[in-house]
Amino acid sequence: MSDSTNTAPLALEIKDLELAYRVRGIDRRVLRGVSFTIGKGESFGLVGESGCGKSTVAFAVMRYLPRNGKVLNGDISLAGHDLMKMSDGDVRTMRTSTVSMVYQHPGSALNPTIRVGDQVAEVYAMAGAQGDEAKTKAEGILKKVQISDPHGVMRRFPHQLSGGMQQRVVIAMALAKDPTLLILDEPTTGLDATVEAEVLDLVSALREDFGTSVLFISHNLGVIAKMCERVGVLYAGRVVEQGPTETLLADPRHPYTVGLLRCIPKGGLHKSEHRLDTIPGFLPGLGAELPGCVFTERCGLAEDICSAEEPDLIELGKGHASRCHFHERAQELPRATSAKRQSDAAPSNGAGPVLEAKSMRKTFRQDGNDIRALEDISLEIGAGETLGLVGESGSGKTTLARLLLGLTEPDQGSVVELDSRALAGRITKRDSKDVRALQIVFQNPDAALNRRFTVRRIIGRAITKLLGTRGEERDSRLQDLAHSVRFDVRLLGVPPNQLSGGLKQRVAIARAFAGDPRIVLCDEPTSALDVSVQSAILNLLADLQADKGVAYLFISHDLGVVRYLSDRIAVLYLGRLMELGDSEAVFNSPHHPYTEALLSAVPTIEGEQRPRIRLEGDIPSAADPPSGCVFQTRCPRKIGEICEQEEPALLEIESGHFMRCHIPIEELREMQKSPPEAQEAPVASA
Amino acid sequence: MSTSAENLDVADQPAQAPVQSEEQKAQRERLRLLARTPTFIAGAVILGLWVFSGLFGDVVAPHSPFQDDLLDKLAAPSAEHWFGTDRLGRDILSRVLVGARDILIVAPLATLVGTVLGTAIGLTAGYFRGTVEEVMMRVIDAFLAIPLVIVGLTALVALGPSRVTVIGVIGIVFAPIIARTVRAAVLAERELEYVAAATLRNEHAPYIMFAEILPNVLAPVLVEFTVRLGYAIFAVATLSFLGFGIQPPAPDWGVQINEHYALISGGFWWPVLFPALAIASLVIGVNLVSDGVTRVYER
Repeated sequence: MSDSTNTAPLALEIKDLELAYRVRGIDRRVLRGVSFTIGKGESFGLVGESGCGKSTVAFAVMRYLPRNGKVLNGDISLAGHDLMKMSDGDVRTMRTSTVSMVYQHPGSALNPTIRVGDQVAEVYAMAGAQGDEAKTKAEGILKKVQISDPHGVMRRFPHQLSGGMQQRVVIAMALAKDPTLLILDEPTTGLDATVEAEVLDLVSALREDFGTSVLFISHNLGVIAKMCERVGVLYAGRVVEQGPTETLLADPRHPYTVGLLRCIPKGGLHKSEHRLDTIPGFLPGLGAELPGCVFTERCGLAEDICSAEEPDLIELGKGHASRCHFHERAQELPRATSAKRQSDAAPSNGAGPVLEAKSMRKTFRQDGNDIRALEDISLEIGAGETLGLVGESGSGKTTLARLLLGLTEPDQGSVVELDSRALAGRITKRDSKDVRALQIVFQNPDAALNRRFTVRRIIGRAITKLLGTRGEERDSRLQDLAHSVRFDVRLLGVPPNQLSGGLKQRVAIARAFAGDPRIVLCDEPTSALDVSVQSAILNLLADLQADKGVAYLFISHDLGVVRYLSDRIAVLYLGRLMELGDSEAVFNSPHHPYTEALLSAVPTIEGEQRPRIRLEGDIPSAADPPSGCVFQTRCPRKIGEICEQEEPALLEIESGHFMRCHIPIEELREMQKSPPEAQEAPVASA
Repeated sequence: MSTSAENLDVADQPAQAPVQSEEQKAQRERLRLLARTPTFIAGAVILGLWVFSGLFGDVVAPHSPFQDDLLDKLAAPSAEHWFGTDRLGRDILSRVLVGARDILIVAPLATLVGTVLGTAIGLTAGYFRGTVEEVMMRVIDAFLAIPLVIVGLTALVALGPSRVTVIGVIGIVFAPIIARTVRAAVLAERELEYVAAATLRNEHAPYIMFAEILPNVLAPVLVEFTVRLGYAIFAVATLSFLGFGIQPPAPDWGVQINEHYALISGGFWWPVLFPALAIASLVIGVNLVSDGVTRVYER
């Protein structure tokens, strides 16, 4: 903040930090002069795509670099102490008292063999508290991070807690020493939107409580916008732009920031009219020589001066600064893709459904318990249509996909029909035409592509097996496929681990399209990718659909992405279909209370913050679902006993819009004009 | 599709096609790392010396390993016979040098048999799971409980002692151990989605097992092979010592120890010590190599 010019030392000051990793005997620069400051009690966001050096900054501040990491130049001072001049002993003291860090995976940050209580108490013991005192304090801090039963949780092991709970425990441990600076490295990335929102609320509340300064590292601009007062955009080891969050998002002055913001599928954009913008090219390699501006190669505004001369950090007032020669023109950055969809092939609605699933059920048996993963799901997908499937983890999205594909056999009575013809439950019993018709793009291309095969073999084998073509015919088909997913044919001879995430996903898409499928299931195909790559993949999927008239079942937890691509949306909760309808109908009120909560949990960059609707607790276990409506235990709109006793039916409330809720539609419409009452403040009593 | 706009859409294409495949590069990197590991170098030197003596033992040996000299039997180590002579007056140094050949043929072959067999069993058990896996793994557990010597004795009685029998016995005893390692690796692999993707194009189980999964579990198989090789040398020596393995008059180390261990109490230590040292050094050499391989491949 600009007014924090008092005498108190800054929580963190990084000046011209240059850092290199030694790889194969050569020092490769990863940070090229990073400078920023975090004032007392301030929250600073560091945003950038993977590989830009975000985590390296965090590790440098902790002085916890890998052995091959070396600070070449620059200063880091933490609460007024020069970190570079500290002895190892002082660094250890600093780590126990001044700075603490929360990592992305809470599961691996906690020791699985030690009870939660003992782990948290250890932090106090380190600070000098004796046995019981440490325990009491540990229970106190667990209460502060809103763990409802701290005494019980103390006795549990980390694996007995949900991801959100684990992250709370990690945050509790980080705050236990009352640090001056708290570093959060992608703290919510693996979590569901509703849980993410809760954790973020918690961090905000605690920050006010403790007066802790925060360095918040994330690839998600929405999260940064919500959490941080100031933000720095990191690219190739250099802060290319920084400033107050609102100013920077509203008036970005660096082409990279502009590009990043354009990549995000925002509310209102839909594949039928808009194409997403992308950032062409690649992040420069580790330690590349970049004499000029680091972004030159990918910048649509670049001129000769950009590759020759490095721009200074230009002050734009109010602490907003950009490292661009042409910062005043940054927003004129030409689009990398055409904005309008050229293809006029609108989704061919009206034709009968290609795929119909009727009363799909799946029960898993585990330790003698029946776990009902899916309960009576019926839906249909029309030709050339995209059906979005959303829901928290554990809601049965992936199970449904596996049932449709025949990878898992559904319970008796479930029917999957392709063109009104029932399909066998198991893939091995389906004939080749049916196998060809249904394909999938998996979430993680690293696991979905055999790392020992070349791209040519991966796609070629799919062509051979699915179409039965060989020889030259196959080769020409392979070339066509590569072209249609915009995959450079020169890379066909390369194994997947040599490709970037986006390219791997293109290979996976090409494989799915090898046999001219009728329906492609997309299981979170972009969630492992950076936003700029995500937008390219989403464009590709939309283009392929317009070209080939294929239908998608698109599974994602990212509602922005789902909204962009989907014609209709199905909302799953605990294996039940809660709402199904046209994309816009589902996104606009009236919607199911669960959908409402999901939507309100998504942090947006547009500033229009919806009132947060808090979902209490975790998703219940499918082994022991709540009575009545399965959502009633967490429903903020619960109307009374009927919700606990009777399961509502899936009713058509408007034409083509189905919902499973006891609240009459008109009442729901009225209700959703204002947020639900009886919402407790995030921290009731500190 | 208008091409000019579409080309720009390719947001993540690298500028140039890489020349060298990643696998080759990784392989070269591994070999480079191996060549720098001191344990590996030490092991390779020891192993190399024994391989050399196995190949050219006849040529370098100062005497014939079979030439007996009853006038000079059980002679202590001397300038003429560096390691002394045995109870028939044969030169022990020569017998130790030439004796490397048998063990260096039998042990690796036995290990290979065990590895191939174990890999096939492990792949099948890990891939099919359910009843198939349950049955296979219980049989394997039963096998693991039978001592090598019992199997050796049974086979000797049934088939008669020969190198082939030794190879078979050790192979069969090793297979279940290797099968367990392979199965563990396969269990992790088959959860990866490339296996589901193969199922989704109607691939048959053998193709998925051997063409898709096997290449991805070769690293643990290789590690297991080198580890087992050390044990195999030991097992060959043991079986020969007990008389179930390589038979006299072959200058095998185990056989030599067997023929002379009763004489130690009479002060004749050299006919036992030198073959024993030979076994020990070969096992150590193989284990050092295996250590290096393990470190490089299982990082």
